[in-house]
Amino acid sequence: MSLIAHLARMEAVAAGRAQPLATVRHRRLAERPLVLVPLTTAGEAGAPLGALVGTDPEEPRLLVVPQPRDRELRFAFLAELAEEVLPYVDGFADAVEPVERKDSATGEKVRVELCLDAPQLIVPSRAGIEYVRLLGRSTRFRRTAEQDPDTPYPAPPRVPLLGRWLTHYGERARVPGSSLLLAATDLLNRHWATGQSSLEDQHLGALLAWIDPADGERGDRAAHRAELARDERGQLLCPPAGPATDPAFDNQLLAPAIEAYDRARQAVGAAEDGETADAALAGLHRAEREVRRLVVSQLKPTWDATWRALGLLRALPEGARVEDRWTRDRWSFTAHRDRIAAGEPPQPRRDDAVTAAAKLAAREQAQGQLDAQEALDDPLVLAGRRLSGEAFAAEVVEVVRAWTESKRPAPRPLLTVRTEDRPHLDPGAKVYRSLDGKPQSAEFVGREEDGSLVLRLLDRMGRSKEPAEGTVPEKGERIAWTLFEHDARVGPRLPDPEETPWTHGGPPRHADTAELPDAVTPEDLL
Amino acid sequence: MSASLDDGGSRPPQTTDPVPTPASRRRTRERLAELRGPAVPPRPLDARALAALAANPGCRRRALLDGAGVDKGALASRLGAPAPFGQSQFAIVRGNSFEAKVKADGGRELLRLLGVEDPGTVSVPDLSASGPEGRTARTALALREATAGDGWTLLDHPLLTLEVAGSPVHLEPDAVVVDPAGRWTVVEIKSFPMIDGAADPAKVGAAARQAAVYVLALERVAALTEGAAVRHSVLLVCPKDFSNLPTASVVDVRKQRAVTRRQLERLTRIDEIADALPEGLSFDVAGRSAEELSAAVEAVPHAYAPECLAACELGFHCRSRAREAEAVQTLGRSVRGELGGLTTIGAVLAAARGDDGEPEDPAVAALRRARALRQDALAEAEAAACR
Repeated sequence: MSLIAHLARMEAVAAGRAQPLATVRHRRLAERPLVLVPLTTAGEAGAPLGALVGTDPEEPRLLVVPQPRDRELRFAFLAELAEEVLPYVDGFADAVEPVERKDSATGEKVRVELCLDAPQLIVPSRAGIEYVRLLGRSTRFRRTAEQDPDTPYPAPPRVPLLGRWLTHYGERARVPGSSLLLAATDLLNRHWATGQSSLEDQHLGALLAWIDPADGERGDRAAHRAELARDERGQLLCPPAGPATDPAFDNQLLAPAIEAYDRARQAVGAAEDGETADAALAGLHRAEREVRRLVVSQLKPTWDATWRALGLLRALPEGARVEDRWTRDRWSFTAHRDRIAAGEPPQPRRDDAVTAAAKLAAREQAQGQLDAQEALDDPLVLAGRRLSGEAFAAEVVEVVRAWTESKRPAPRPLLTVRTEDRPHLDPGAKVYRSLDGKPQSAEFVGREEDGSLVLRLLDRMGRSKEPAEGTVPEKGERIAWTLFEHDARVGPRLPDPEETPWTHGGPPRHADTAELPDAVTPEDLL
Repeated sequence: MSASLDDGGSRPPQTTDPVPTPASRRRTRERLAELRGPAVPPRPLDARALAALAANPGCRRRALLDGAGVDKGALASRLGAPAPFGQSQFAIVRGNSFEAKVKADGGRELLRLLGVEDPGTVSVPDLSASGPEGRTARTALALREATAGDGWTLLDHPLLTLEVAGSPVHLEPDAVVVDPAGRWTVVEIKSFPMIDGAADPAKVGAAARQAAVYVLALERVAALTEGAAVRHSVLLVCPKDFSNLPTASVVDVRKQRAVTRRQLERLTRIDEIADALPEGLSFDVAGRSAEELSAAVEAVPHAYAPECLAACELGFHCRSRAREAEAVQTLGRSVRGELGGLTTIGAVLAAARGDDGEPEDPAVAALRRARALRQDALAEAEAAACR
């Protein structure tokens, strides 16, 4: 983190309240995002305990697994989750616009569909994003009875499809600047600096205490309470944002309730006549209600906190280039929709070398693009780049008309600019400014004696000898220049997958790409 | 590879370090027992204490309390800042049943994970004995016998000692396997899953650091055992995917071992820390009042960093103290680097405002520029919002 961000954190300490790190919102917030707050069982990989899910803060759907070790109950949970998530996702699949796109193989223009909008998934914390990936991994290779009548423990019909979507979203969340799957803590941390460390910032309750304290209480005190305060029974007042639960909750409340549920189920099984069976069933309902009550007591505060975070972020105006990144997200969504419609197999357990290299290159490029776009959208982000010498704001003090010396002279005006910033410039270095949203480049020529800089404008001035109207800055104009490109490409283009040399893994294997489902044994947990 | 990094045996010369004599060792032991409270048995260094050692080797407070075997969890509760650590009984039950499964069948399952399909008879010696000294002696004996023998041996929960800052601490690995050639392998059994052959890197890193400490402790025993060698790769056993079937991976811990060894060598000796304390001080959780305990803890300097919160029981207590002192490292270790000699938040802000600090100091100049740029940008955004 940069000095300017450290300074913001210290100002937050002094003020007792979080300070802005951004003046615009750098991520898309969908009009109707789907919020998912999952809880998992301690010590079990991917054995969900419950979740709140929905698009309406007032009406979450509660899903609970009263005995997480029971496979049937877990499948029921996943089937219900699929019932919530898949209709939401499908709701975006049909509204499309036609777009012309260059086909990468033939180079010709083809008309394809692009979904007008994409579904957005919000989880409370970064661990929640990992959990979405984990759920995706644990369900996408499941077989349903329809796919394979001999499968020993068939999954409910839509669960494998849910797994494929969750996997896609989990994977997309690793692309810098993407907004398909976001964590509330990451969103808040991008836009505010608290008076605590970035490790402590992973606690959603503490983070909100700094950013939006109740009754003007000091952030550190409110955050401390959110982290540690317990009631007279030793339970946290602000339960963790999951998916892990607090051990004290597990040991004191949840474990006895699950035991009572198990006993009630045994009683139902042991009931011999109608009367005892009725009583036992009533007991089972009571026991299940108790587990549900406990689980919701841990989920609801996080559900509310996540929506509160979204509300705070909505108050910020969206950055100008967020739309551009969201369009990429829409492409990502559309592409996966098409893969599923085409009947392609689920994503493999591990990417082959070519896919992995392509993903890494794409993420690296996305990171460069995100850094540049955020700086262009937001003076506060640009301030950080100016401090580190990667950008400068300058006033134009003189414009000298000049041309190239070729047969058809093209304009190459010289600008003298004055700046207080200290850019790291060598003669010949290129600098860029944004002209109507497009980058215009200039070359650094040298320094004048009074310290002002001389730049030669290089492009975007039209084809004629005289530069087009408005393309050359005027005297007195104040302009932000960057030393980094606005739309940087990283590295050379990768060859087509079929052209990959054997030294780099060779062409991808297409035969039998469908992976086998996980081996299932009676004691397996998922 | 440079020889100084790693390769066993020779300890680099220590300048200030007098060779400990049996008498000085006894004196240190007595002093630490006094600090702990004479009636209190010392706590062995558990996984969390080892993680804390790795996270913050330079903290004297942690070094002394761990070295003396004080129950830091109980101490933190008495200080009014109870540690938020705890283990869910679901995780404990699952972890125990998994460990039992791994060690089932007289150790043959574990050897299968090590890649030995037909080990012949596996001997699993009984290591129980009274008291930690008895158990470490029993472990050393079993290791010697196993090395001399020509079969496979599985030591279930052996007890080892390691000298940390001049005082011995007890360590208990999950298992140690001795092969027919006399090589010893540390086995770590963890309950986090290995999914598609990969586990959470942070958890694997913690397990590797922990195992590296066991390797160092075993090397002390191996040095006294003929024909013995300690392997510098350990066997990490985890549940496979979403099942509770075990799967294993060999983890090379040479790097972690070298790092830990260097850290251990550089630790301020605990007897020096203890000698600097006033007489009569005690961390006896049962015998002293909260005020006395608090004063005792304050007498030993801490080196709080936010990483402590996840590794040390006293983390929240030290954080409160560090925040009261406005220490900049409460915001993260990296913050300190760019601020030169400014160590408190108040001093940094005063320097940035121009109220204090030398303008020629590069750190102060950078802060002033940072503040000016930040103010400008905020004002610009506000003006844009009003338009």
